[in-house]
Amino acid sequence: MTLGTWTDLVYLVAATGFILALKGLSSPKGARAGNLVGAGAATVAIGFTFTNPDVRAHALNLVLMIVAMVIGAAIAVPAARLVKMTAMPQMVAIFNGVGGGAAALVSIVVFLIDSPGSPAVYRIAEVLFGVLVGCVSFAGSAVAFAKLQELMTGRPITYPGQQAINALVGLAILGLAVATLVTANTALLVVLAVLSLVLGVIFVLPIGGADVPVLISLLNSFTGLAVAASGFTLNSNLLIIAGTLVGASGILLTRMMSQAMGRSLPNILFSAFGSVVTAAGGADGSGADVRPVRTGTPEDIGVLLAYARKVVIVPGYGLAVAQAQHTARELADALAERGVEVIYAIHPVAGRMPGHMNVLLAEANVPYDQLKEMDEANPEMSTADVALVVGANDTVNPAAKNTPGSPIYGMPIINADQAEHVVFLKRSMRPGFAGIDNELLYDPKTTLLFGDAKDTLTKLVAAVNAA
Amino acid sequence: MSVTGIVEFLTIFVLAAFVGNEVISKVPSILHTPLMSGSNAVHGIILVGTMIVLGSAHGTVQLVLGFLAVLLATLNVVGGFVVTDRMLEMFKAKPAKPADDGSAAGGAK
Repeated sequence: MTLGTWTDLVYLVAATGFILALKGLSSPKGARAGNLVGAGAATVAIGFTFTNPDVRAHALNLVLMIVAMVIGAAIAVPAARLVKMTAMPQMVAIFNGVGGGAAALVSIVVFLIDSPGSPAVYRIAEVLFGVLVGCVSFAGSAVAFAKLQELMTGRPITYPGQQAINALVGLAILGLAVATLVTANTALLVVLAVLSLVLGVIFVLPIGGADVPVLISLLNSFTGLAVAASGFTLNSNLLIIAGTLVGASGILLTRMMSQAMGRSLPNILFSAFGSVVTAAGGADGSGADVRPVRTGTPEDIGVLLAYARKVVIVPGYGLAVAQAQHTARELADALAERGVEVIYAIHPVAGRMPGHMNVLLAEANVPYDQLKEMDEANPEMSTADVALVVGANDTVNPAAKNTPGSPIYGMPIINADQAEHVVFLKRSMRPGFAGIDNELLYDPKTTLLFGDAKDTLTKLVAAVNAA
Repeated sequence: MSVTGIVEFLTIFVLAAFVGNEVISKVPSILHTPLMSGSNAVHGIILVGTMIVLGSAHGTVQLVLGFLAVLLATLNVVGGFVVTDRMLEMFKAKPAKPADDGSAAGGAK
């Protein structure tokens, strides 16, 4: 067999490994093994690529290649190892963005190598697709990172004529693409790449922080497609299969994520959800026209918790931001020591992305059997003495069930309102990402404790131990 | 490449799209984030493409762009798998403690 045939066979094994990896990742049992299979497949494929005569043709290029790989690995491993669990989503955004950038660069360099001859139209078309989608994914991921890292506001950024401007940029790109197809002109391709970067930025600006995870999933899928396009350009089955796998599964995953939020994908992408803040009257809850709410001291609430039979903790975004998962577990342990039954009710989109809360709580060594998914937890709410809502708001807002006009109407929620008492640990009266008021806050059975989730939980631990 | 070559690649593309759709048909929501991160790592295999491109690059512009491409792709593939493994590490201890249920009174640390 020729070297080429061997290469094809090794790549086929790697492609199979990627399919098995995704398969494994979609069940709790096989997830870690699946990821390792994927990493192994990638290592084998990359290692074997060094036998490719094109790769080894010039010593200088080969040296540059190895230097780039060493630098890349030297940055990536510590970054991935040291990042805080709460910052995971933006890490994924970055790694996705650079992949899109790499795919776009592959297409551009292939075009530069090809363009002195007159490349066939379909070759240019593959390049154009790779550049467009790769650049959108790169720039979009960068903005998503900035939003999650709070380098810029997490709120949707809107301006007059936004949709029209986006459409115009899109049309300009389309026009440039056609012109490049006809002329094979390098300058046009560069302009197209720049405009695609612009499109990536303005596409993401109006999407609010809470929706960014769904967006990252979509951009992940885009990068997959850009990689598949590079596969067409380079005649590589491996890239086509891997890229298409990610592209297709990514779209499906994106839809599942938006379903978990009770929203449609177009609604997430184009509605600038959460840009309208309806609750006036002071973010600190002291405004004159604010309706009365009942606040309690940590000691009051500590006693309430300590003498309950069953406490359901409903963690949310605020807990993730305050990195209070360990303190939450301390409280649960203190309660369990007194014989209180404690469970955690996890909304599918609690935290910063779907499944994020489970990861955070698992990191704090919360026993797995105490974590209940929403569907499992809701039937238990009516028998709970206290629902302790930590930094969550929209995910327990009864308006989702009772108020047909509400923007979140129809979103599945945790039925905290069915518990005998409800305790909110909140930073302020500020509404959640949906920007709507929560009736449950004003309910007579509700007690509020304002402050950073970590501080208030620490005080509650002390109060429970003293009670 | 000939037109039949293109059709061959299109065939692979279409089949892979269906596989991608089927293979993750039922994912519990707790695995949405790890799955996204894992599939993010899979498209890091673009590194293979960037290696071929850098290998055939001529002149400063192509070399610089190719170098950059290899660097970015390495970040994607290495970081992607490591970060996913770290996420999944958190799940491993889960079935080990069935004794926590109700009888925790004895277990002061």
